[in-house]
Amino acid sequence: MIEIRELNKHYNRNHVLKDISLDIREPGIYAILGPNGSGKTTLLKSIIGLVIPDNGSINVCGTKVSDTHLYRKEVSYLPQIARFPDNLRVFELIKLIKEIRNTEADESDLLKLFHLEPELKKRLRNLSGGTRQKVNMVLGFLFDTPLVILDEPTVSLDPVALGKFKKIISDKKQQGKIILYTTHIMSLVEEFSDKIILLLDGKIIFKGGLKEILDESGEKSLENAISQLVETNGQKGSIRG
Amino acid sequence: MRKFIKYSFSDLVRSYWTIIYFLFFAIISSAILYFSADMTKSIVSIMNVVIVLIPLVSIIFSTIYYYNSREFTELLLAQPIKRSSLILGQYTGLALSLSLSFLAGVSIPFIAGGILASEHFLDFLLILLAGTCLSFSMSAIAYMTALRHENKILGFGISLFIWFFLAVLYDGLIMLLLVLFREYPTNSLAIVMTLLNPIDLSRVSIMLGLDISALMGYTGAVFLKFFGTMRGLPISLLSMLLWILVPAYFMVRIANKKDF
Repeated sequence: MIEIRELNKHYNRNHVLKDISLDIREPGIYAILGPNGSGKTTLLKSIIGLVIPDNGSINVCGTKVSDTHLYRKEVSYLPQIARFPDNLRVFELIKLIKEIRNTEADESDLLKLFHLEPELKKRLRNLSGGTRQKVNMVLGFLFDTPLVILDEPTVSLDPVALGKFKKIISDKKQQGKIILYTTHIMSLVEEFSDKIILLLDGKIIFKGGLKEILDESGEKSLENAISQLVETNGQKGSIRG
Repeated sequence: MRKFIKYSFSDLVRSYWTIIYFLFFAIISSAILYFSADMTKSIVSIMNVVIVLIPLVSIIFSTIYYYNSREFTELLLAQPIKRSSLILGQYTGLALSLSLSFLAGVSIPFIAGGILASEHFLDFLLILLAGTCLSFSMSAIAYMTALRHENKILGFGISLFIWFFLAVLYDGLIMLLLVLFREYPTNSLAIVMTLLNPIDLSRVSIMLGLDISALMGYTGAVFLKFFGTMRGLPISLLSMLLWILVPAYFMVRIANKKDF
């Protein structure tokens, strides 16, 4: 489904992605982890076509990302920051996204789930940060796509909304979708990630399941396992550098 | 592209700033008409406001709009759409809402003041055309600059410098060149330099329509000969169109290569 080959990206002199190669074929939930500035968001944005890589190739659903925008019909994306046009109303925004994608979708279940029905006629600038994030969720989960990409989806969600978010993700997994997401919340990863992709300084230093990462590091908790892998690989990097 | 024009226009037309911009023109036009009995003077006064303020407001408003909608642009670009349709759509919606505020704000008081029956009706139409072209051209320049520079302060600074250069420095530069080359025939140079600046081009085109071009002396006569004829008009329009199309072209080029 996603096939990345020798992907490189620089921002000015900063080498953000270094020869990344990655295959994601099996349905399931994939967590992309790593310290700040390790290239997580850049990797996700390269897959969705927002960032243009220096070299290397990305194929999504058999289509080369650099060739066409049409493959994005198969992808749902939830950005990290939810900011919308100030003067549009919530229902106008949902209508706009449906028009743009030219796809029919029924938002009523999602609106009910996040208790957004009373907000539908409100202007987006009048919504709180948390409500905006819920609107963001509705837009992100509105379409039935085989690939779902989420960039730190749980930021500014209250515990109730977080529970609902987890339910949606589990349902999507049951339906055989690929869910790719970044987060800093380790309990979330432990709870329902099938695979972990750990990035450090623009390189993948680990890819595998929860059990494998614990075995490889010899630690008992995911948090310690990641710290240990990051430190070991960081030291190797600095010795090499 | 139509969907994006519609969304950005319907977002902006409801914004406080668009309403304030409309009210500003409505109040200024009413005041000008109230204080001056002579329609020629009113036309010249509103021309001066249009020529200096439209470029400035268009640049500031467009830059703020781009940077404010940065995250939403990212969300839209993650949909199955072409970058060029989105960027051109947003820009067109923005320029349309700016133009509409200006057109309504100036037209309502002037129509109430009797411009339709006045001998200056065509000059007034020319002001409306020039103001609309300036709105489109300056917002294209600002949008292009903001797309090119992720750093807001740098983007703002460059756009404001472009306005300062075209509205203020450029005239000084023309004067300097004309003085430096006073030994040589400089008529064509003055005409070409005017064509190369949308603000000067608007000013000269409007002023030549009024009788006051005689006040501009020999240069005025040369300009009248060029801009007042059927040869000058298409060239002026083409030059104005290029001031919209060239920045729009670069806007799309920059957007296609940009990392969002």
